[in-house]
Amino acid sequence: MFELIIFLVLLFFGYFVGQYLESSHYKSIKAREKELNSIPAIATRKLPEEFEACETKLVSGNVVISVDYFKKFVAGLRILIGGRVTTFESLIDRARREAILRMKAEAAQLDANYVFNIKMETSSISKGQKDSIGSVEVLAYGTAIILK
Amino acid sequence: MILSNLEYVPGKQITKHLGLVQGSTVRSKHVGRDIMAGFKNIFGGELVGYTELLHESREEAINRMVEQATSIGANSVLNIRFSTSSITQGASELFVYGTAVVLE
Repeated sequence: MFELIIFLVLLFFGYFVGQYLESSHYKSIKAREKELNSIPAIATRKLPEEFEACETKLVSGNVVISVDYFKKFVAGLRILIGGRVTTFESLIDRARREAILRMKAEAAQLDANYVFNIKMETSSISKGQKDSIGSVEVLAYGTAIILK
Repeated sequence: MILSNLEYVPGKQITKHLGLVQGSTVRSKHVGRDIMAGFKNIFGGELVGYTELLHESREEAINRMVEQATSIGANSVLNIRFSTSSITQGASELFVYGTAVVLE
């Protein structure tokens, strides 16, 4: 009985606090994406011909985002029937966008005009073992182009 | 030292290729951070301690790569790639590699 109460309390906090944190994170992501829209992130390897004289610098951004209790629980149920795990989709989406934003912010500090050859890397720090910390890390990196 | 993940540097000629250079570091998190992260695991959100830890470790790996490149006389590392692997629970390896070249 006691365990059930703890479980329900964790689920309750996980849901409400988790949802609140997620929506406020999305709000801040959208605001910063608008701000940094002036620096396009481009995934091509070759620069256009007219960029002959420019400076280049490696920029990167990383973020580790943790799952919450509710997301973990829903994903656990999902595994029984299969299909889209929407709770984790939004988690990884947030992490990716945040990593790109941090990379762009670093580029903005250098007064860069573009970021070329973007690569992304996702890794789960703990591979979903029991009682371990469930979190996902995303690293985004690319070459900032500073036109003269 | 020019670091880039492009295959060339615009406006500069590569005079010599010196082969692959690499740097890696294995880091684990400490218990204090782990306990905080345990709380965060209930509520969700960013694990700032881990983000910083991984960022610092990557800088360290880059420094090691740059050291290696300097010792063989390169002045630039191109086509840099990062890679992360978790070795055991609680420790991960951060690896960075690229091609050392001499630019004119």
